Amino acid sequence: MKYLISLSVGMFVGVVLFVLGLYFNPFVDTPRVSPLAVSDLDLIDLSYSLVASESIVFTNDGESHVKPHPARVLELWEPTIIRTRGFVTILTDSRGEPAGLGVKFASDSEETALLGGKVLIDSVWHIYLQDRGTMLIDQTENIWRYVHDIVIPARLSSGDNWRGTWYGLITAGPGALGTARVTVNTGVLSGTEAEAVESITAKAYSSITGPVGMTGNLTIALPREEE
Amino acid sequence: MFRTFNLGIVLGIVMAATLVYFFPWVDQHRERSLISVHANGGNSESFHIMLPDDRIMAGVAGAQRSTPPGLDWPELDFLANIQAEMFKVRNENGVVVGVASRMSGKSDQHGSFVEWVVHLPARGTMYVSMDPDPSPDGYREGSLRAGTREFLTLNGVVLERFVKNDFGPDSDGAGRIELATALVGPAVELE
Repeated sequence: MKYLISLSVGMFVGVVLFVLGLYFNPFVDTPRVSPLAVSDLDLIDLSYSLVASESIVFTNDGESHVKPHPARVLELWEPTIIRTRGFVTILTDSRGEPAGLGVKFASDSEETALLGGKVLIDSVWHIYLQDRGTMLIDQTENIWRYVHDIVIPARLSSGDNWRGTWYGLITAGPGALGTARVTVNTGVLSGTEAEAVESITAKAYSSITGPVGMTGNLTIALPREEE
Repeated sequence: MFRTFNLGIVLGIVMAATLVYFFPWVDQHRERSLISVHANGGNSESFHIMLPDDRIMAGVAGAQRSTPPGLDWPELDFLANIQAEMFKVRNENGVVVGVASRMSGKSDQHGSFVEWVVHLPARGTMYVSMDPDPSPDGYREGSLRAGTREFLTLNGVVLERFVKNDFGPDSDGAGRIELATALVGPAVELE
């Protein structure tokens, strides 16, 4: 009997050690510097609010802690789209002026592998920029660092929230350097393929209502128009 | 007993790692793809959108009735001639299989455009550029500009058509948008 108890306690300790190892895994890290930081291409910086109530439209399955906006928007409750979010927002340029319109679809990825620190999302942006025309940005996001640094601490906090200053790149592919793929359809650069990265700057998060003070940033590297 | 305890620790770690490795954290629900395969290796598939039931958002400047109710569409100059819509997309059997956005507009700088992004979570995304002017019989033809995952290497055409409902007490704007795809993969040299 005592051997059985000893084995059970040992297994419990083993599971706890594994969970701690998974959470504090030093071999899992996401790049902190954008692969587009050193580039001679034309960089377009766009920002948008990640707070659902500050978007034009945000919709999900309706059961998540982040509530759809406006309240009566159609929810994505059907089994095939229940793990998908839809988001429409105004994109502002680096001076804070409205520069375009963005529609984003994001779905949980089946490639998610917690053992490797990969919490993956397949997402696409459908964008209209008044100066550049329309384009598609498709990417795989890895939000492990975001979950690790913000979502879990907020959940564990007695106040159900997180406050601080956090910056992280979320784009993890499909480009070889961890960049998103951009396909330009209209405008001067019509037919061009380019790269982009998306990042998050967070200041406050609530595990009850979701992002409270959080900005998304899209950096698009387009060839110069005279090229 | 100490050895048993240590064995338990190892077993616990191995079991937890195995569980985490093999557990399907994300398992997207799949509907059977209703694809017709042709002799040239291409395939055709059709999707549709029921209006107004599947319209998630209709963003257009100066709209009298907003979809969704409470939509606060920004009154910005550069959006004056732009229309952005978001829909649920159904397969041939009428089952919702994805979501889509449609942008159309006209600007001095970029000309006229009509575009679709069709996002099917279990399969991938299609980015379709349509001809701004529909044909006399009501079809608008477009081409697949880019795709992800299942659609990554495909090329082909997409037809868009709006079929109006002529029945019912409130048939204004009611109907269905049909999207028919005819896609083909890259040629592969046979050995």
